[in-house]
Amino acid sequence: MVRRRLHRVAGAEPIGPYTLLRLERGDSEPGEPGQFFMLEAPGRVLPRPMSLCLATRAELAFLIDPIGPGTSALCELEQGEELHLLGPLGHGFDLAVERPLLVGGGIGLAPLPFLSKRLARAGKGRPPAILGFRSEWHAEAAALLPDAEVCIEPTFVTALLPDERHDVLACGPEPMLVALRVLVPTAQLAWESPMACGYGACHGCVVELDGELRRLCVDGPVLRHGGTHGSPTSPLLRRAGTASRTRAPAGRAGDSAWSVRP
Amino acid sequence: MLLNASGCLDALSAPEVARSLDGYVTKTITPEPREGNPPVRIAETRAGMLNSIGLANPGRERFLAQTLPRLRDLELPIWVSVGGFSVGEYAETCAALDGEDGIAAIELNLSCPNVDEAPEGAIEIVAACREATDLPLYAKLSPATWNMAEHARAVEFAGADGLSLVNTLRGLALDRNLRPTLGTGGGGYSGPALKPVALAAVYACANAVELPIVGMGGVRTGLDALELIAAGASSVALGTLLFTEPEAPARIRVELAAEAAARNLAHPLAARRMALGSSPESVVRIGNEFRK
Ligand SMILES: Cc1cc2nc3c(=O)[nH]c(=O)nc-3n(C[C@H](O)[C@H](O)[C@H](O)COP(=O)(O)OP(=O)(O)OC[C@H]3O[C@@H](n4cnc5c(N)ncnc54)[C@H](O)[C@@H]3O)c2cc1C
Ligand SMILES: Cc1cc2nc3c(=O)[nH]c(=O)nc-3n(C[C@H](O)[C@H](O)[C@H](O)COP(=O)(O)O)c2cc1C
Ligand code: FES
Repeated sequence: MVRRRLHRVAGAEPIGPYTLLRLERGDSEPGEPGQFFMLEAPGRVLPRPMSLCLATRAELAFLIDPIGPGTSALCELEQGEELHLLGPLGHGFDLAVERPLLVGGGIGLAPLPFLSKRLARAGKGRPPAILGFRSEWHAEAAALLPDAEVCIEPTFVTALLPDERHDVLACGPEPMLVALRVLVPTAQLAWESPMACGYGACHGCVVELDGELRRLCVDGPVLRHGGTHGSPTSPLLRRAGTASRTRAPAGRAGDSAWSVRP
Repeated sequence: MLLNASGCLDALSAPEVARSLDGYVTKTITPEPREGNPPVRIAETRAGMLNSIGLANPGRERFLAQTLPRLRDLELPIWVSVGGFSVGEYAETCAALDGEDGIAAIELNLSCPNVDEAPEGAIEIVAACREATDLPLYAKLSPATWNMAEHARAVEFAGADGLSLVNTLRGLALDRNLRPTLGTGGGGYSGPALKPVALAAVYACANAVELPIVGMGGVRTGLDALELIAAGASSVALGTLLFTEPEAPARIRVELAAEAAARNLAHPLAARRMALGSSPESVVRIGNEFRK
């Protein structure tokens, strides 16, 4: 059912460079981990896709990286203001896994706290998690996922992958996902692409999958790559000269082509 | 009558949104399947958005065999948007649609970037399609011209039953590195910024021809819709707005009724052609305070 609901901001707290935007939950369902919501971005024409980060009985929370006008406007929201939410949308992580390992890179941490909680609720305790960030400052967000193993660039999160076989569930910048897809072909990976609608209406979010252009908001954002799936290649990776978030040298994070933080 | 704008809603992904409209307009169908343009395909700008979807569609055969039967289950009037790269391609698709059940109208996308946009080109396409089908034919025109009225007269002469106004304008956005944001460079500009352009196009065409007009371009409120009607539209279509607000049709209906009532109009369509000033039909229905 494609219907938006109005939510009141319960609070917005900075965590490192990010903002945890907490909304009163109202009667909205949180959906499955890895699913996303379209958040009305104040003053902008189009809403912005965001993974659900945390869900309590009273609140829904989103972890937002202010990389441009829409995300910055969302981070500036204050308690008591209201915004529309559409969702939950898309396909999330498949939770029926034996030995989960959560892998996050940068803002890709966003869906993992909710995922961790849901997996724990399914009976096997908190799953292990490894996180990579580009600076100590960014790594402050690891507080949202207690007990996670954390690395800072120039060490990449893939260096923390254990030798034993795990069911990898991951979200992060595209180069990280591409690397994981090679190292762990069965991994469930949450991809991104620019989205105008989030519910299949615009065909703007297509990625290459099995040699076909498919709508990521309908078929993803979480995709499995074992066996039949091909390789989604998001436009952003292909664009020549676009430095990736993970490759930005530590300590010079602001120089990354991704970072438009003032 | 409230419709979606072609390419701005997938009724099979969001049937409840389609059902909140009075009819569903398909994405433009071409004879052969098209993957569409390489990503990035969308970019937001301050007052609108750019798209370079590139007429991604399953092609005529798969549309008829797979999509259309499922669209019929929605029990809504279906408008099929038809595109092509030659007069023959348009006409063949119209002929193929002619015998099909459940199709309320054909919208000829004459504003496809690769098709000759001169009035003569449009005349030939509309005339060939007129031969090919008895279904109502709506000609969808680009606003990127100085002589909208001439285009309108041309397609009316060729046998069009109505006009759809307007398609997107060409625009360009640059990213932080001052490179085009969209994979194709430029793209179609839609959304709030297009409204005055749409209003002018509808106004010019309504002055030139008596055909029914589906007005669209940047509609966000009931008042936007009423203004298009006043300029000469008989129906209104929602495009970019549906991306932001899928439940917009219900809101627009309520606002449209309220805006009409506030002007002492019995029905929103009573405002039709009011902006043109000369229609006896509208003069009779104007409320007292508007009479002078
Ligand atoms: C399913 C999904 C879930 C997401 N979850 C989160 C989340 O939990 N937290 C969060 O901070 N962000 C998340 N994002 C990314 C977020 O939606 C974008 O950062 C945001 O739309 C950018 O908007 P903007 O106006 O701030 O910047 P823009 O000006 O739109 O973009 C700034 C730069 O980022 C690039 N960009 C824009 N959108 C995307 C995108 N979707 N993917 C990759 N690059 C993009 C642009 O090309 C540009 O270079 C998610 C995206 C998707 C598709
Ligand atoms: C993503 C997108 C895809 C579109 N696809 C088509 C299309 O396939 N055929 C067509 O005739 N118009 C297409 N259009 C144009 C719209 O139907 C409409 O004419 C235009 O967007 C103006 O209305 P709006 O400002 O309300 O969006 C598309 C517009 C958008 C934004
Ligand atoms: S975001 Fe519009 S179709 Fe996926």
